[in-house]
Amino acid sequence: MTTLSERTADAAPLTQARARRSRRERGIVLVLVGALVAVAAFSLTVGAYSLSVPDLLRTLTGQGTQSENFIVLSLRLPRLTLAVLVGGAFALSGALFQTVLRNPLASPDIIGVTGGASAAAVFGMLILGFGSVGTSLAAFAGAVIVACVIYLLASRGGVAGYRFVLIGVGVAFMVQGLLGYLLSRADLNDAQGALLWLVGSVSGARWQDISVVAVVLLVLLPVMRVLSGRLRALQLGDELARSLGVGAERTRLVLLVIAVALAATATAAVGPLAFVAFVAAPIARRVVGTGGLALIPTALVGALITTVADFAAQHLLPGQLELPAGIITGAIGAPYLLWLLATSNTTGKGA
Amino acid sequence: MTHLLRAEGVTLGYDQTPIIENLDLAIVPGAITVIVGANASGKSTLLKGLSRLITPDAGQVTLDGRNITALPGKKVATVVGLLPQQPVAPEGITVADLVGRGRYPHQGWFRQWSSTDDEIVAAAMAATNTDELAARRLEDLSGGQRQRVWIAMALAQDPEILLLDEPTTFLDVTHQIEVLDLLLERNRERGTTVVMVLHDLNLAARYADHLVVMCAGRIVANGTPAETLTAEIVRHAFDLEARIVPDPVCGAPMVVPIGRFHGRVLI
Repeated sequence: MTTLSERTADAAPLTQARARRSRRERGIVLVLVGALVAVAAFSLTVGAYSLSVPDLLRTLTGQGTQSENFIVLSLRLPRLTLAVLVGGAFALSGALFQTVLRNPLASPDIIGVTGGASAAAVFGMLILGFGSVGTSLAAFAGAVIVACVIYLLASRGGVAGYRFVLIGVGVAFMVQGLLGYLLSRADLNDAQGALLWLVGSVSGARWQDISVVAVVLLVLLPVMRVLSGRLRALQLGDELARSLGVGAERTRLVLLVIAVALAATATAAVGPLAFVAFVAAPIARRVVGTGGLALIPTALVGALITTVADFAAQHLLPGQLELPAGIITGAIGAPYLLWLLATSNTTGKGA
Repeated sequence: MTHLLRAEGVTLGYDQTPIIENLDLAIVPGAITVIVGANASGKSTLLKGLSRLITPDAGQVTLDGRNITALPGKKVATVVGLLPQQPVAPEGITVADLVGRGRYPHQGWFRQWSSTDDEIVAAAMAATNTDELAARRLEDLSGGQRQRVWIAMALAQDPEILLLDEPTTFLDVTHQIEVLDLLLERNRERGTTVVMVLHDLNLAARYADHLVVMCAGRIVANGTPAETLTAEIVRHAFDLEARIVPDPVCGAPMVVPIGRFHGRVLI
């Protein structure tokens, strides 16, 4: 063996490798943005009233006809914008949950956070007779309450990822039970409306919902950027994180609060869009493939899944039949969940 | 500047159950201290206490005379680093990325990644012979390689006092020696204070300047290996009959266990 001290250190290869990594990530971000723009162009032009791309550009710059303005600016654009924003919010929420709890199953839709939002929203709709704003607020409160309950039950001198997830899955079942009870007691027409909300849909997007989600994202994105160093340290386990000077417990709490806020806001706006939070980060990280956090690609993948799902939901079935986007995202996510459960238990390793 | 790490009358444990009570220990700066003891004697607990991973229920751990729990975490992390026994890594992480994460305590709001960081990471990887693995994924490496990568990460943190919890467990004998040589080299060349828990008494005796023998949460011997590794202390701490002979390679004490079947025949 060579004497170790004789070897000289050359930083150049490392610098180059890092440059390559960030080039790769930038390239992937560009591709994802491009794909998103393409999907956006499709969603805005294709439909019962189809436009050409020049028509679309004219309309977007404020020179469309009255009917074009109505179709694009009042119907399709809000719907698309909301899909992009909630897709990003769900995806980031899932990424934070999965990373902080070091478990790929730890996503708000699996551990009952969005379920809590649903139960509270349905309770508001059916029992208290809330309108749309009240329902959104109830959903937000429900997500927060469920998250607090899970956190308190799971914390025993520190929150372990697997305990959090197991308790979360249990809570999710309780919440489902509550939902079933509420629906079974409700008037058939009311229950129909509640069910539609429960699947998750971005149709009927209103600018007020959009602006709430946008503001939450605008506030939380820089916070996540600042905390990303700590999150990277936390990925190495609590002990190593603390040894690197990161207050593991406090950092985890802050990041979970952000994750809950993102999931709650998105659910309040569109209902529990199944599995977007669950699949976005693993897909993005596999595509980027550097072992990094890949938060921006994750948000873009979430936005892409949601917009594609909504587009498919609108146009997949012949005629005027339209599905809620949540059906499509569920159809994508469920097989992934099965695959994950079938393969990952052999290693027991988290995200 | 040399830093002084001390445990002063500390009581350490989990969930209010003390494992170590009222323990005093001053870490000798610039030396290699090895902590040995039977299972559940409190070795790892002591290491966690020294590195601020667990807060003492009584007493205090001080760094240069100041209570370590009251100091800012990042500041402590530039002086004291700990490599846990079983660290975890995110899936798909590359060696270079992992080693680079050791630089976290040196970075701040305004001081992001710099060329100095690159140089220190490169030096840590060269010292541990992991530079050729830079682009590989951690999960694709062998156990010995992986341990060297983790040590590279700890070196990239560049702490003056490096604590390691059983850095050689799960390694075959060749890789155990490789890791210990690497730490000895770091200590002799850079003056890095090394504190580690080891299970192998003979390797402990060979590499330690100071040996701390623990038994049931207390220190039963503390000094050079020659002073501390006596048949009597081994019997007391490990409940093991053994003969102590000089290590033919370096003269350090070597513990030769007797066991139930061999002793009588040989004597």
